[in-house]
Amino acid sequence: MLVLIPLLPLLGFLLNASFGRRLGKSASGAIAVGAIALSFALSVGAVYRLVQLPPDARAIVQHVFTWITSGEFEAGFTLRLDPLSALMILVITGIGSLIHVYSTAYMHEERDAEYARYFSYLNLFAAFMLVLVLGANFVVMFVGWEGVGLCSYLLIGFWYQKKSASDAGNKAFIVNRIGDFGFLLGVFLVFVQFGTIDFQEVARAAASLSPETTFGAMSLITLLLFVGATGKSAQIPLFVWLPDAMEGPTPVSALIHAATMVTAGVYMIGRNAVLFSHAPETLAIVAIVGAATAFFAGTIGLVQNDIKRVLAYSTVSQLGYMFLAMGVGAFGAGVFHLYTHAFFKALLFLGSGAVIHALAGEQDLRRMGGLRRELPITYWTFLIGALAIAGVPLLSGFFSKDEILFRTYASGHTVLWVVGLLTSLLTAVYMFRLVFLAFHGERYVPAVGHRHAEDEAPVVPGDHGAPAAGMDRSGHPHGHGRPGERLHDAPAPMALALIALAAGSILAGYVGLPHALGGSAMLETFLEPSFTIAGAQDSGEPAAGEPGDSHAAESGQALELGLMGVSTAVALGGIAIAVFFFLRNRDLSGRVAERFSGLHTVLQNKYYVDEIYDATIVQPLHIVSEQGLWKGIDVRAIDGAVNGVAQAVGGLSERLRRLQTGSVRAYAASLFLGVVLILGYYVWR
Amino acid sequence: MPPGISLSDFYYILPEIVLTAGALVLLVVDARLPRGSRALTWVTMAVLLATAVSLVPFRNTDVEVSQGLLAVDQFALFFKVVFLVAAAMTVLMSERYLQVEGASFGEYYFLILCSTLGMMIMAGSIDLISAFVGLETMAVSFYILAGFIKPNQRSNEAAVKYFLLGAFSLGILLYGMSILYGVSGTTNLRTMATVFVGHERNPLLVLAVILVVAGMEFKIAAVPFHMWAPDVYEGAPTPVTAFLSVGSKAASFAMLLRIFVEGLPSMDADWRLLFEMLAIVTMTVGNVAALTQSNLKRMLAYSSIAHAGYLLIGVVAGTPRGISAMLIYLLIYSFMQLGAFAVIVMMRRKDVVGDELKDLSGLYHRQPFAAFAMLVFMLSLGGIPPTAGFMGKLWLFGAAIDAGYVWLAVIGVLNSAVSLYYYLRIVVFMYLKKETIGSEPTLSPALTLTLGVAVAATLVLGVYPGLLFDLAEASARTLGASGVTAAIR
Repeated sequence: MLVLIPLLPLLGFLLNASFGRRLGKSASGAIAVGAIALSFALSVGAVYRLVQLPPDARAIVQHVFTWITSGEFEAGFTLRLDPLSALMILVITGIGSLIHVYSTAYMHEERDAEYARYFSYLNLFAAFMLVLVLGANFVVMFVGWEGVGLCSYLLIGFWYQKKSASDAGNKAFIVNRIGDFGFLLGVFLVFVQFGTIDFQEVARAAASLSPETTFGAMSLITLLLFVGATGKSAQIPLFVWLPDAMEGPTPVSALIHAATMVTAGVYMIGRNAVLFSHAPETLAIVAIVGAATAFFAGTIGLVQNDIKRVLAYSTVSQLGYMFLAMGVGAFGAGVFHLYTHAFFKALLFLGSGAVIHALAGEQDLRRMGGLRRELPITYWTFLIGALAIAGVPLLSGFFSKDEILFRTYASGHTVLWVVGLLTSLLTAVYMFRLVFLAFHGERYVPAVGHRHAEDEAPVVPGDHGAPAAGMDRSGHPHGHGRPGERLHDAPAPMALALIALAAGSILAGYVGLPHALGGSAMLETFLEPSFTIAGAQDSGEPAAGEPGDSHAAESGQALELGLMGVSTAVALGGIAIAVFFFLRNRDLSGRVAERFSGLHTVLQNKYYVDEIYDATIVQPLHIVSEQGLWKGIDVRAIDGAVNGVAQAVGGLSERLRRLQTGSVRAYAASLFLGVVLILGYYVWR
Repeated sequence: MPPGISLSDFYYILPEIVLTAGALVLLVVDARLPRGSRALTWVTMAVLLATAVSLVPFRNTDVEVSQGLLAVDQFALFFKVVFLVAAAMTVLMSERYLQVEGASFGEYYFLILCSTLGMMIMAGSIDLISAFVGLETMAVSFYILAGFIKPNQRSNEAAVKYFLLGAFSLGILLYGMSILYGVSGTTNLRTMATVFVGHERNPLLVLAVILVVAGMEFKIAAVPFHMWAPDVYEGAPTPVTAFLSVGSKAASFAMLLRIFVEGLPSMDADWRLLFEMLAIVTMTVGNVAALTQSNLKRMLAYSSIAHAGYLLIGVVAGTPRGISAMLIYLLIYSFMQLGAFAVIVMMRRKDVVGDELKDLSGLYHRQPFAAFAMLVFMLSLGGIPPTAGFMGKLWLFGAAIDAGYVWLAVIGVLNSAVSLYYYLRIVVFMYLKKETIGSEPTLSPALTLTLGVAVAATLVLGVYPGLLFDLAEASARTLGASGVTAAIR
């Protein structure tokens, strides 16, 4: 019963949305957590059944109902579980459940109605994401695709009384709409080109063609689909919404960054692997955009002072890695990274949430410091997350990132490999900068005359976390802002989620242990059938083919080991740099920043991308809309025409009204007249 | 036993027998219960339910009864379900209305059941005689129902008008039928279809078609035979108006399809042209006239005229697809129309008549659920997704385009755009106006149930229309067994 997997969270949403305000916190929390946890249990059951099947027949299909039929077009509401979607539903419901559990404590300061509203959205988010990954055709996927867009809007703008939050919600929605438009055009073209929207049939049709050597129909389709992916997965040029999305509650950030939403673009490309691998032109663009985004976002992350913003740019950067992998045809590696990333990024966000929670809403790294001693659970789990994302050996991030770099190098994209390596260095530096600034050194002591966070919100204009507002309202005595007072470490539900995710961040990588390290790349072998089509391996080998003969495999393994050494060195080097600048010689880092103040300012202002978009797109659009479209075309031409027609119709209506005299004789006459008129027409004809 | 009738015929008309017996039982129960007892509502519901249950054995049958008086097939079945649903919802909303008006329940429910019986016979008739008997059973019940609120002058006026004009139009219809009989020598529609095959076009037959069309158009309230509708709809008791605009219309459409598609496929060029013109005029006049109405019942009367126009598009298309689209739309229309009338019934209170547009102002703040329900019905009537009304129109217009009537679809879409103006005006009053009139409107459990069912059906069928599609298609195909296939050649 695949349909139950998304249905349960949907049910949770309905319950909380309809009766939430009357239920009280414990009940609405229990409904939400129960719904997603049950859905997780069902997912595990379904995946278990899937694994029982022979590898080349691993698919469970459920046709729920025929949704739309119109001429030749038929869209069924059909769900399909295959290795790729199996992995996705486990991530979504598994990590999603932990985030739900965490939220029960994190959002506890909210009023009952708000609390229920929050959980209803959270459930709905998971439900749509599950529809997205389980959909067996583009239309069902599109339902989920739009649904997660809607939910991200609702959750980012959850504290809608705050202007910055509602603005961020709008931004996320509008930027996503731009991408969605591309995606939709892509879907239309798919139907025009292949006459079907079913993923399997499209793949089969694409596989029967030879890969395009020039920019043709399949390249256009995939490029449009990729535009959609850049919107959902925050890639250049549509990444601008993700950093602003930090305005939402922190667990929402974790959900968006780890389990839902941003992985949609990567998943979509993986789902259409056959199609994409027949459009090498697009794949090259995907790889370049991915690598560029990875590097670009990494540099911005280096200088941000808001703890959540650093993590946001790191997500953008890591997503860039995934697209790089997709672009070089290593679909398995990309999805592998998606999966490990879900663990450590959820962990890092929830850890930062615990810090923010303990500090009553403080998000500025410069006002933290020394938290290591007072928040031991948070510290140690956060450290594991940081090590994992930095790519330190034996943790999950290492295996997946290394796989991507290896595949990039092996496929001959040396330049992209160098960019990837540099990004890896940046990742290690900014993550450990964050760790050292927040958890090491001395506690920040506010300057004399500066009052406590509760008395004066917001401390940092703009970037201030909204939980403070929530807590202030409830008057809960969270007096943790004061130096010298003991801080509370994460409460039980939050600690539980952190520890579980930390364990995952360490262990998750071992399912994909590469051959070079004596593993069997189990995960990639498992995923393989999703990127090919059954019985057609010979025509247009799409996914990263396993090395053919044993000799090539051996030399490949030697290369892989060599590259592993390089990236390990890079990661450790990055950590060393962070130790040098942010642990041992903090003054020096300030001086470096001053020395390169121009670059520093550019980075701190995120390359002015928002400003550039504003000047080149938003403002001109505004002017054209207001002066041209609104005042010129709309008011004069359209309104004029519409009002004219409306007046004419209104006049006619008035006349008809007068015909209706109420006299029975007149009515009978009209009956008779009607017959005579019709008869007359026939005779005259 | 009279010749031509066998025992098995009684088996096949079991639903009609159950309904008739139930109606008689109701009269007896009414005499024994204290006046104004609400138990009668539930007795009536039980009768309707029993009738519905007795339909179950016939879900796959396709037989002719009494030597071709009635057909028991899926086409009839589909309509019978529509009638029973409409009757049940009407009964549920009537209780409150009759209480406020101080009218008695017994005869009222009896007449509702009688008219339902008439409708069921109409849908099953494949003979002009039985069709006529069904039509009159229904019509006479409605004449009385329209004037049921005796102290109310508007109600009386409505009844008289309806009766006089009804009798007049019936004359026209009977004249047409008699010519049909005269030319073909039979009243059985299926025999009639075979008689005309291969003959050249008989001018007398054209006259007959025109007269029958005129008579039937009166019943479905198509322009120019619609003049009675606004006055009668406004004056009749609100639940009666609701049933009249849904049940009577659906039954007339069933009879119309039986006569033209089953009986006169050879004349299809003539009646299609006729219906095409009438559809255009009906849609346009209905919508345009509705724009300036300030009385809700009148507005819905014109809206129901416009909907008759949309439905005629399906007849014009004439393909199985067009007819199944029509059947679907009729069911969808029943839910949204009855739901809208249920809201108006709720607005009727001791101190307020509640059928003026301004009476709805501020409803959102007083009865959020009723306002939401009305919003759904209005969006659905206007054809906005994700409501059922959208899906219905999509199929109807799609069928027209398929059959080559692109212009008809274009006019339909333009009309839908016009109609949004007056549908959304209701929403504006409910949601944006603050000042309220009279005492607080309240929902009774029965009304809540009616609204809940209607809203749920409107939304579910909007999202998951496949539920209906197969059913309607099967029904349309049984009609096609002798008719449609010949008609579309």
